[in-house]
Amino acid sequence: MVRYVLSKFFYMLVSLFILISATFFLMKAIPGNPFMSEKNVPPEIQARLMEQYGLDKPVYQQYFKYLGDIATGDLGISMKHQNQEVGGIILQTFSASLKLGIFAIVISVIVGVLLGMLAALYHRKLIDNIAMVLAVLGIAVPSFVLASLIQYLFAQKLGWFNVMGFDGPLDYVLPVAALSAQPIAFIARLTRSSMLEVLHADYIKTAKAKGLNWMTIMFKHVIRNGILPVVTYIGPMTANVITGSVVIEQIFGIGGIGKVFVECITNRDYTMIMGVTIFYGVLLMLARFITDIVYVLVDPRIKLTGGKEG
Amino acid sequence: MKRKSLLMVLTLILVVGTVLAGCGSKNDNGGSTASGGDKGSSSAAKEQVLHINLSAEPPTFDPAQAQDTQANTVLKMMYEGLVRIDKDNNPIPGVAEKWDVSSDGLKYVFHLRKDAKWSNGDPVTAKDFVFAWERVLNPATSPAPPYAYQLYYIKGAEDYNSKKITDFNQVGVKATDDNTLEVTLNNPTPYFLGLTSFYTFYPVHQSVKDNAKWATDPKLMVTNGPFTLTTWTTGQKIEVTKNANYWDNQNIKLTKVTMSLSNSSATELSSYKAGQLDYAGNPNGTIPTDQMPAVKNELKDELDLKPIGSIYYYVFNTTAKPFDNVKIRKAFSMAISRQDIVDKVTMSEETPAFGFVPPGISGDKGEYRTEFKDDFFTENMEEAKKLLAEGMQEEGYTTLPPITLIYNSDDKHKKIALAIADMWKKNLGVEVKTENQEWGVFLKNRQNLNYQIARAGWSPDYNDPMTFFDLWTSTSGNNDSGFKNKEYDALIKDAFSTPDTAKRMEDFKKAETMIIKDQQVVLPIYYYTNVALIKPNLKGVVIDYAGQVDFTRAYFE
Repeated sequence: MVRYVLSKFFYMLVSLFILISATFFLMKAIPGNPFMSEKNVPPEIQARLMEQYGLDKPVYQQYFKYLGDIATGDLGISMKHQNQEVGGIILQTFSASLKLGIFAIVISVIVGVLLGMLAALYHRKLIDNIAMVLAVLGIAVPSFVLASLIQYLFAQKLGWFNVMGFDGPLDYVLPVAALSAQPIAFIARLTRSSMLEVLHADYIKTAKAKGLNWMTIMFKHVIRNGILPVVTYIGPMTANVITGSVVIEQIFGIGGIGKVFVECITNRDYTMIMGVTIFYGVLLMLARFITDIVYVLVDPRIKLTGGKEG
Repeated sequence: MKRKSLLMVLTLILVVGTVLAGCGSKNDNGGSTASGGDKGSSSAAKEQVLHINLSAEPPTFDPAQAQDTQANTVLKMMYEGLVRIDKDNNPIPGVAEKWDVSSDGLKYVFHLRKDAKWSNGDPVTAKDFVFAWERVLNPATSPAPPYAYQLYYIKGAEDYNSKKITDFNQVGVKATDDNTLEVTLNNPTPYFLGLTSFYTFYPVHQSVKDNAKWATDPKLMVTNGPFTLTTWTTGQKIEVTKNANYWDNQNIKLTKVTMSLSNSSATELSSYKAGQLDYAGNPNGTIPTDQMPAVKNELKDELDLKPIGSIYYYVFNTTAKPFDNVKIRKAFSMAISRQDIVDKVTMSEETPAFGFVPPGISGDKGEYRTEFKDDFFTENMEEAKKLLAEGMQEEGYTTLPPITLIYNSDDKHKKIALAIADMWKKNLGVEVKTENQEWGVFLKNRQNLNYQIARAGWSPDYNDPMTFFDLWTSTSGNNDSGFKNKEYDALIKDAFSTPDTAKRMEDFKKAETMIIKDQQVVLPIYYYTNVALIKPNLKGVVIDYAGQVDFTRAYFE
């Protein structure tokens, strides 16, 4: 197990290094620089700016200097947002994305599992049908369409919520709803099918035959086994929700990290592009890493080579 | 058995917790309707709090470093220069109470008001201006202030900035006492007074030299304008609050300005419609062009269309085939219908352009554009066809080489490009490919003359035709046309140095004739209007000749 974790971790570091190098050189290959504008500044001022940010040096030198800096945990100063640290901007904007993401994940899991359970218990009945129609809709309707729709309806027409902003608890309702619709639908279907499978399993029949009451059967056997696939889905979903909130953030005017990412590329804010890419990379890789480990922990069918504990 | 019941309890807790959490979120929804009602009443009682949106976050609030419209809007609220610009575009007293100009137009003496104060109570002195301007020009300032060249009109400023001289005492700016500032210029510059209202000329408090991060932290920022920065949450919100120490604070009616930071013009518009914003559109945002018909219909009374001094045009690469031939350039210029573009594509009542200087820019006595009409050419499809044929014959073409029109990715630019390409096809029988390019790539291609015809726009830096003409000199860093002409350069040089305004305007007239009528370096399309939505009860918003907005004297009725 330890070897498995270590090797996964090692591969994570290698991928991160490749990500950093590839992004760095691709970024330098795009035409333009952080100080370009339709109104050109005089060449001597431009040259001074390039020198101050070390952009006058050959690209390989800039690359090694950058590697040295991030090895010490220094993401540098933004080239567009003068005197602001890249790390600080990422933390500030990510906190908004994170709050949004966590709420969306919690709501998705709760609502999704409940819907799925209801559908499985009332299999082929009205509740099942309603839940599954909702689920199909949730998967089929893209989140940005849903977001624009509920924004128009509940914010602009009915005036119940703010169209944009991220101040009070109310401002969370619409974006969280838009962001969690798809995961809810997915989780509901996942829960339903796995619960149906469990409900028809032999050990449930045995439990019924033993005369155990319904509550005991539900909690001890059905839910525990039926919810397993959902647990493994949470990892990738977390990554999807947090990175996929870019469009939702834009529609609801929320200053999350997605907006920063898009803007820094347009601005050729080199340090910012690298910082956000590394941040996203680490986030996604960690989610992947944890999921891999959780898979092993919850599913004994995944065999590890040479692992005696396995 | 014990262990099993423990599991049972845990599972129960999970389920009950789940259900409760579900209820919790329902309660949230319930609460939302209630506080939704609260919001309604609070907006009725909001009185003098202005809500606007900035479509991009200002990168900095350091006047020396700023170089964008967003920062300009906010800096105007927080700082005040020697003069301000009033609603008729005239310089009026700001920190300077009065000023004397020497008869040769080279020396300005500003007398500062004694009651001007910083937000911390310190007096604003002439030394603060010297400090600020020295900071902008000092080659050691890091990062290098990009707009330092706005101060190059001052004697010795350019030499000091480019390290040709090292002693700031040789630069033409001196504080003779706390309330007197003496400025000496290189050339008589009729627009210098107006320039001192620009943010690069703002004073900064001398405490800033101790902390490089002062311009990002509301707690450290000391300002001298009507408002002070009180909140800045990166990516979310900026708030300024009335400054009690501002000398003219009895004329400031707004108590607070709250700025949201959404980059989506659709969101901004629907937020305005929902009553969350009091002002939407230019210059800090845009009204989406596809929404214009609906806006004109629903919000006719709130839509404010004001002509401003900016121009939308296409620039020819005069060194690339086929536009190295002037007759072909003229043909393309004549063969489009500008009125159709402003009526059917942009729909914001812009004025079709046949010159290069927009209305609203000062001339000799009144406006340059009324003193010299922009009748340098007319749209004429027959004449265009004839010129094209002649041009092709001169160059020995039987068919034109393939032509590509480039523009930077944007919905409006795309619509205009497609419309114009269609007109060329119909009127000249020429097939022109349109190609959108990402901003940085586009700028690079234009600067490297790696194009045939490209979209462009220009807005004035100061209120004088010069800002439109020094663009096309052979030494200009912004001349992306490949046009180089000694006679033109001489005209602009003369206009720079002569104190005689009538003569300057004559020079400009000749220069404009040269780049439009004779050489057709550019294909003018229209003069911009500022498109904004303003709530009917919001008064006193000033949009200046360049389309910059001043909210400081705004108020709600």
